[in-house]
Amino acid sequence: MSEDREPGFATLAIHAGAQPDPTTGARATPIYQTTSYVFNDADHAASLFGLQAFGNIYTRIMSPTSGVIEERMAALEGGTAGLAVASGHAAQLVTLHALMTPGDEFIAAGQLYGGSINQFNHSFKSFGWNVKWADIDDVESFERAVSPKTKAIFVESIANPGGAVTDIEAVAAVAKRAGVPLIVDNTLATPYLCKPFDFGADIVLHSMTKFIGGHGNSIGGMIVDGGKFNWMASDRYPMLSQPRPEYNGMVLGETFGNFAFAIACRVLGLRDLGPAISPFNSFLILTGSETLPLRMQKHSDNAKAVAEHLAGHPKVTWVSYAGLPGDRYHTRAQKYCPKGAGALLTFGVEGGADAGVKLVSAVDLFSHLANIGDTRSLIIHPWSTTHSQLTEDQRKAAGAGPDVVRLSVGIEDVADIIADLDQALAKT
Amino acid sequence: METAPEPLTYSDDLILSILRSVKTIAMVGATPNPARPAYLVLKYLLLQGFHVIPVNPGHAGKTLLGQTVYAKLADIPEPIDMVEIFRRSEAAEGIVDEALKLYPLPRVIWMQLSVRNDAAAAKAEAAGLTVIMDRCPKIEYGRLCGEIAWFGVNSRQISSRPRQAPAQFQRMRIQAKD
Ligand SMILES: Cc1ncc(COP(=O)(O)O)c(C=O)c1O
Repeated sequence: MSEDREPGFATLAIHAGAQPDPTTGARATPIYQTTSYVFNDADHAASLFGLQAFGNIYTRIMSPTSGVIEERMAALEGGTAGLAVASGHAAQLVTLHALMTPGDEFIAAGQLYGGSINQFNHSFKSFGWNVKWADIDDVESFERAVSPKTKAIFVESIANPGGAVTDIEAVAAVAKRAGVPLIVDNTLATPYLCKPFDFGADIVLHSMTKFIGGHGNSIGGMIVDGGKFNWMASDRYPMLSQPRPEYNGMVLGETFGNFAFAIACRVLGLRDLGPAISPFNSFLILTGSETLPLRMQKHSDNAKAVAEHLAGHPKVTWVSYAGLPGDRYHTRAQKYCPKGAGALLTFGVEGGADAGVKLVSAVDLFSHLANIGDTRSLIIHPWSTTHSQLTEDQRKAAGAGPDVVRLSVGIEDVADIIADLDQALAKT
Repeated sequence: METAPEPLTYSDDLILSILRSVKTIAMVGATPNPARPAYLVLKYLLLQGFHVIPVNPGHAGKTLLGQTVYAKLADIPEPIDMVEIFRRSEAAEGIVDEALKLYPLPRVIWMQLSVRNDAAAAKAEAAGLTVIMDRCPKIEYGRLCGEIAWFGVNSRQISSRPRQAPAQFQRMRIQAKD
């Protein structure tokens, strides 16, 4: 494309990263289902291992199929580089591995996906990475949690399951004052609805399992480097600013410029921890990513119609959806995701936990399962499932009280979605 | 407070025309230390077929990746298309002065990523040279030939046309102008 045109979002979703295959002309990105790549000669091999040349070595570290979704996600988010990994959780692991050493702290919003709360509270504690919890409805709580050991701040743009919208700009200001990167999990919003880098985020993460893949068929994660954080400003991030023994003393922060973080995650994190994505999953996710703008708009439009309907339903005590004008997060949603508030909404069913369990058993079109971001409409009662391993207080703080039902509204005909909810609610 | 200088922007067409046309590059600040960016860039440019002449007074007379090292630009016994400056920003002006005394004149002064010296650039431009600052030729070459996409980097290249098939595995080349 001509250089004076900035390609639009839908064009990037289809084309970024993907030119026809140079050896066969294949138009769709081929699935490079191989573990390894032959070297031209010993010197070429040495250059690849020494990072002196760009190229593929072994699918634990990179794959040309995954490279396409990496570049595409970097383009869609407005970042400098991406790194695809096996899952959203792997993206969180690899990201924090690049930033933390034992004894360090990071600050995380209490309003997070329940699995992330578990990962931070338990698995990461055993690495000596200590989470300090804050509250997105009280930005001061982030400020108060900052200490000399703080290495990062972690929030979700739109939180799962409560639907809280984070004031990214305000939290980014705290991170900037503390001299630490702001990590935003943009899984629920996707870059179609929200661009965290425009509001001061430094690293964006995705569970591509959700809306990026979008069809409920592949687990995958993504790390996107915003390219603005200065890793060399202090010695707080030794993976980036110190000579690395793994690479003969190379300093990644000065060698790889504004995509050094993505490289550090690849050549130190992914290479050594090992959570690589399968090229086949990357291919499926790539195919899904091409329709991201169409799907996200439809998800958001359908979710808004469902939220409006539920708000007037006699068996529904409350509806939380930032796309509704009366919602407490509506003003923020208009700033951070003006095209729509996404597919997820929660509501309270009259009759509490029992009614919630009845409802998920009575649906016919909705699928009762733990995922979100499928083309299909999905339903879950978080209290008894995804969030059941948390304490009562943690469940409530995460927006997963006993009466809470979470919907991931699909892209079916909205009248059918509403009819299914009505018939199921009648049985509670 | 010192205000940060305006960020530099160079069109892909300009960078491409430079990387397509230069053949002989003098790299001031080349090093035999494989951990340093200067070594990585030297190695990469050699792999891509450029004739790169290392310049470093501390290693003059030795060979580095098969190339004879010279102490200064004036010692190089052949014409140079481009001088790549791999030194701190303050050193750039002296190097540009040396470059402007060469005959024939080089066509391009290229300062490495993080190296920027506006006064030195102005001098070189006044003498008719093209100047690039604060860019890495390895990154730019890798970006424009497509190799860097294997590392997930946003190359900002959108096209429905296939790139030229490489003659050797994973050794892409920037394409001739069409
Ligand atoms: C917001 C958010 N982040 C991260 C994850 C974890 O992703 P994965 O299941 O791909 O590991 C999820 C999964 O539900 C999620 O909803």
